[in-house]
Amino acid sequence: MSDIADRVKKIVVEHLSVEESKVAENASFIDDLGADSLDTVELVMAFEEEFGIEIPDDAAETIQTFGDAVKFITEAS
Amino acid sequence: MPTNLMEGKRGLIMGLANDKSIAWGIAKACAEHGAELAFSYMGDAFKKRVVPLADQLGVTQLIDCDVSDPASIDAAFAQIEKEWGKLDFIVHAIGFSDKNELRGRYVDTSPENFRMTMDISVYSFTAVAQRAEKLMKDGGSMLTLTYYGAEQVMPHYNVMGVAKAALEASVKYLAEDLGKDGIRVNAISAGPIKTLAASGIGDFRYILKWNEYNSPLRRTVTIDDVGNSAVYLLSDLSSGVTGENLHVDSGYHVVGMKAVDAPDIDAASGKK
Repeated sequence: MSDIADRVKKIVVEHLSVEESKVAENASFIDDLGADSLDTVELVMAFEEEFGIEIPDDAAETIQTFGDAVKFITEAS
Repeated sequence: MPTNLMEGKRGLIMGLANDKSIAWGIAKACAEHGAELAFSYMGDAFKKRVVPLADQLGVTQLIDCDVSDPASIDAAFAQIEKEWGKLDFIVHAIGFSDKNELRGRYVDTSPENFRMTMDISVYSFTAVAQRAEKLMKDGGSMLTLTYYGAEQVMPHYNVMGVAKAALEASVKYLAEDLGKDGIRVNAISAGPIKTLAASGIGDFRYILKWNEYNSPLRRTVTIDDVGNSAVYLLSDLSSGVTGENLHVDSGYHVVGMKAVDAPDIDAASGKK
């Protein structure tokens, strides 16, 4: 697993208090990992801080799964 | 540096969402200077965020309060009266609007969202003041949060700018009504800070960069900057101050034009 994926996973595990094994490629933050709508905004803010990138609102709306987040951040960094 | 400026003072902080919240900067500063605090939150989504913050500061009084429901505000203040008997200060850090109307044109605001925004972001402060007044038997201090978009037009701030203008006006009227009882009412107009609430505002990163490049201090403000100024307004240091709107914005509100040394903002913000 890439360094980016590890760091994203760490943020997700800590923020949503879920087990690492649950954070699969296609795991949906809301449907599978128990996130509410505020969590999704907070996750995006945490990704921005961790990776020093900017995630515009329209892009943020497309980040629904762990895999989406890793893909977006990999392309942006 | 901790002092005992707020020692013996008990206050309710409303509108805490997470550790990025301006209310959190204020709560930390008040606690650091000796205040005893209660937090109110709205519903379980916020409760789970507020509980760990309360633990950090040893706050045990947590109150579920929906400011759009008069019975809920009554119940919140009844609980405070039961626990404390009196209250020395309140911090109102509450506002809400449909994020779809915090971009584009103000003129397109819907009547429903206009009314909801005014109710939650403006009237709630007055509604809270009505209840808090009765518990401030030895005088007190009430503080709300506003933004420069109330005074001048800011991109995307729209209906929230109109609401903040009404909030600032209500600070003045409340200051007059409550002044006779030694209750002071003030606002802090904070510069833009990346909070959960701000994430709903269009082009927010651009607004942050613009403020960083063009404010006299050449930086944006932090929640700790706001917290420090809040201690001034909530403590006896500001005993002669009421009806005031204190700008904690790196001085941005005195600027009339882009700074000559400000870099090209599109390049700097990665907008192009």
